[in-house]
Amino acid sequence: MSELTDAGRVVRVNGPLVEVTGLRDVAALDVVEVGPLRIPAEVVSIRDGRLTAEAFEYTGGLRVGDVATSRHRPLSARLGPGLLGGVFDGLLRPLDVGPTWLGPGALVEPPSVATWPFRPAPLDLGTLLGPGALLGTVSVGGGFEHRVLVPPRGKGTVTWLAEPGTMGEDETVAIVGGHSLHLAEDWPVRRARPVRARLRHFAPLVTGQRVIDLFFPIAHGATAAVPGGFGTGKTMLLQQIVKWADVEVVVFVGCGERGNELADAMADLGALRDPTTGTSLRERTVILANTSNMPVMARVASVYTGMTVAEYFRDMGYRVVVLADSTSRWAEALREFSSRSGELPAEEGYPASLSSSLAAFYERAARVTTLGGKEGSVTLIGAVSPGGGDMTEPVTAQTERYVRCLWSLDRDLAYARHYPAVTWRHSFSLDDATIANWHATQGRTGWVEARARALSLLAEADRLSSVVELVGLGALPARERIVLLTGRLLREGVLQQSALSENDTFCSAAKQSALLDMVLAVHDKCLALVEGGLPASAVEEFDLTIVTRARDETGPDDAEGVDRLRDEVLARIGSQA
Amino acid sequence: MSAVEPTRSGAPSELHIPLEYSGAARVGGPLLAIRGVEGVGWDEIARVRLPSGEVRYGLVLEVSGDVAIVEVLQGTSGVDPDLVTVAFEGRPFDIPVGDGWLGRVWNGMGEPIDGGPPMLARERRAVNGSPLNPSQRDVPSKPVLTGISVIDALATLVRGQKLPVFSSAGLPHLELAAQIAAQANVAGENFKVVVAGMGLTHTDAAAMRQVLETRAASGDLVLVLDTADDPVVQRVLTPRVALTIAEYLAFERDQHVLVVLADVTSYCEALREVSAARGEVPGRRAYPGYLYSDLASLYERCGRIRGRAGSVTLVPVLTMPGGDITHPVPDLTGYITEGQIVLSADLHAQGVYPPVDVLATLSRLMRKGAGEGRTRADHVPLAAQIIASLSRARAARELADLIGAEALTETDRIYLEFEDAFYRDLVNQSSDESRSMEGTLDRAWRVLSVLPERELTMMPAASIAAYYHGALPKGTRRTNAPLGDHASTPAAPGESHG
Ligand SMILES: Nc1ncnc2c1ncn2[C@@H]1O[C@H](COP(=O)(O)OP(=O)(O)O)[C@@H](O)[C@H]1O
Ligand SMILES: [Mg+2]
Repeated sequence: MSELTDAGRVVRVNGPLVEVTGLRDVAALDVVEVGPLRIPAEVVSIRDGRLTAEAFEYTGGLRVGDVATSRHRPLSARLGPGLLGGVFDGLLRPLDVGPTWLGPGALVEPPSVATWPFRPAPLDLGTLLGPGALLGTVSVGGGFEHRVLVPPRGKGTVTWLAEPGTMGEDETVAIVGGHSLHLAEDWPVRRARPVRARLRHFAPLVTGQRVIDLFFPIAHGATAAVPGGFGTGKTMLLQQIVKWADVEVVVFVGCGERGNELADAMADLGALRDPTTGTSLRERTVILANTSNMPVMARVASVYTGMTVAEYFRDMGYRVVVLADSTSRWAEALREFSSRSGELPAEEGYPASLSSSLAAFYERAARVTTLGGKEGSVTLIGAVSPGGGDMTEPVTAQTERYVRCLWSLDRDLAYARHYPAVTWRHSFSLDDATIANWHATQGRTGWVEARARALSLLAEADRLSSVVELVGLGALPARERIVLLTGRLLREGVLQQSALSENDTFCSAAKQSALLDMVLAVHDKCLALVEGGLPASAVEEFDLTIVTRARDETGPDDAEGVDRLRDEVLARIGSQA
Repeated sequence: MSAVEPTRSGAPSELHIPLEYSGAARVGGPLLAIRGVEGVGWDEIARVRLPSGEVRYGLVLEVSGDVAIVEVLQGTSGVDPDLVTVAFEGRPFDIPVGDGWLGRVWNGMGEPIDGGPPMLARERRAVNGSPLNPSQRDVPSKPVLTGISVIDALATLVRGQKLPVFSSAGLPHLELAAQIAAQANVAGENFKVVVAGMGLTHTDAAAMRQVLETRAASGDLVLVLDTADDPVVQRVLTPRVALTIAEYLAFERDQHVLVVLADVTSYCEALREVSAARGEVPGRRAYPGYLYSDLASLYERCGRIRGRAGSVTLVPVLTMPGGDITHPVPDLTGYITEGQIVLSADLHAQGVYPPVDVLATLSRLMRKGAGEGRTRADHVPLAAQIIASLSRARAARELADLIGAEALTETDRIYLEFEDAFYRDLVNQSSDESRSMEGTLDRAWRVLSVLPERELTMMPAASIAAYYHGALPKGTRRTNAPLGDHASTPAAPGESHG
């Protein structure tokens, strides 16, 4: 075998699979650059000095004999103040300054010319600092306070701190323990950034979407999966959360999905204002776009990169949500990857490691005490695209086991234009008790009971409607006919929520409760009437459009408006009876 | 095996001087293995010459040491491994680009099949294209009008959208595809159509050519035809040739381009066959695991680019094997495209053309292409109201089938009449009839006017005042007419009933 040097040679190319010999000092998962365009590739195996690597770009034209060099480090993300408001590919290379067509070599990590106003923290030189300690702040768009911290592996006494002023990413902000710390840091994306402690889930992440907040709530730091066939509303639901989630930072990972959708999301976010800061929602969002026609291997990286960016902001003490659309495309990329490298396939051709890869990914979400002692969280919500709508396929089945919340989207609901098409039959939240407690501490003591009643009425209405299909409505006792009626009111007046309606695209917690209370009050009233002898058919003739239209006809936070409508409809029912 | 003394040859005008190798070490399926090669790049094009002088093209599938595996587009039948010579071109498979494609008929590789001269142009583009930077995309907007009522009214096609037709064997999807290609327009702006037939029978190909004759004669149409007896590897290139032509016309020549691809299922079968020949690990139903990404590399080539005038709009047509929408081809297509137009065997059996199953059909981008300033202000709620009403009608029909028509309320019965009117007066049209948008919306209102006004809960009052029942004189508006009045064709605009 020939001698190992810093310049290896390509010996085999088969699509993204590239084999290299003669390169020294390379560890598994290091990045090598191949060919004249210096295409990055990740080393997946090393055998007798022969490296097998998976290229992150199209390898057309790459030849046997082309040069390969090592970066001597695994795939890493450059984490700094330029992230918020940006659009990047799966390797965190900026797209907004890239060319129109993305051939190999088109995207580069450009020399960062941007500068930022840095303000040092009030620190005495000579202080001993640990990882996560605050060195200073940078104010980026929208008044967001970007905190510059001692990186996870740094510590020591601070011997120098930069003066206030503008500086670039690669400039030194401080010297700690003899090391210069820069404004930006690099982190290997496949490794979770360390924390001091993981905390129990506590408060809900409010999405403004009733079916989630009321029925299947998610806690800050928890995980949710959104499985659904095509057109059932996964992307819409995720994008609603991008817009309305009560977090400081949003990371959206468009993983193997549509380009038009991303363009649309970017336009939408640019147009919406953050109610607290008054700046556009784009300014709190980092978009990672690896659309379905972009190189498959970068798709694998994109979810890890997105998670790393989120952890970086979490470490500053912020609440972050990561939305991955779609994790199935990531899993498929893993499958392609493993089948090319000759791994033995397990179920449906997926690698046997699928389950552990999913678990490791979802486990990176958490509510934590950071190394610097602050509280922060990363909440992770992943869309799942089951092939043929089959919920038993491996990615869906494996994912379900690792998430705290499951929001299953139902094709029949979507066909009936019941949006969001989250089915109350096959969805769950394991944090419902935690969140019930939280609501109680906020004075909403009725939340638990109202939710439980609504869920059981929905279930009963479902059961009854299958009975009606067999025997007709007339055969049911009056009380059950009212349950059917209430089921419809819950679906149309509470669960359905149009993302396109100005009044209803977001719904505050107070309005959510008011809407639910209204339906339950109407239910009680109607029940009382039939128990008092009024025929169910007469109740069914009541005009209850007030109830179903209330969500759309009152403002997003107008709980009093809903209460007024409730009183009005109760009074009318009273007079009609 | 064979000797492999590289001999230099090649055209002096080109920078790259291809190396020519004689003899292949191995031939199998569409693949040739050439030994002793040097400096051959992955995915570049190879020119395979037979002793007869015949030239075939191939793509480099793998290079390993001094061996190159070449996939021959026209297949390897008749190839004697000892007697072939192979030259590597040092570039990917590319085609000339320019206006010369228009008005002509080509095979799946871009060679003329209409007796005309080959396409020549200085500029060339690789048929694989490159991914469009998503941050430079512009959101699709404004409609492409097809002149087909059910599509224009209820599933409006938007410039830059990909909207497939899901069909089954025996349904008139090719007829519909040809009709769309023949009639589509963008209200007077620059417009071109590229049609790629993939795996078509000769009969279907001939029918397609005939329907598109007028449009071809006007120089607005490119027809790329790969027929069922063409080699499968070539079929894999066909849509790429079509899309490369379309991208050039759209983004370098400011045209709105509609691309119709039919039949994508034949394309996917070709891909499966090629994948099997390569010995790849099969995924669902033996399609390759990368079928999703491969389809995306076609479908995502539509769109708009910020700062450029043109657009590429894509209508892929596919047949669902056994009518199964969960089959990988429609399923993965649905995951990539922006909605779907679904054809129904039942409606076809009832003689409805085009037999569109409206409740399963959706144009996700409709809001961006329809409405005020694009089609008409009442259009979007009108479509929503019709679809909601059809869904109610279907529920009523199912109930009637289950427990008898007596179980229906009077309102339910009106809905059934509405459904009949819908298919009769809005959907049904002949395959050579093109309707104006205005005419289509008027028909939609005529159909909707079968329902009593109180049922139109999704319509703004202003639209009802303007269009409901056309211009009936005041006082004759029937908000709750007796049933019998609806039995005949509802009032046409301007007609008065009392
Ligand atoms: N919450 C919603 N409000 C209104 N329309 C919705 C909603 N969710 C989904 N839709 C409709 O469904 C279509 C498909 O939704 P999408 O999120 O793109 O599906 P998926 O990502 O599951 O394929 C959208 O284009 C929209 O018309
Ligand atoms: Mg989606």
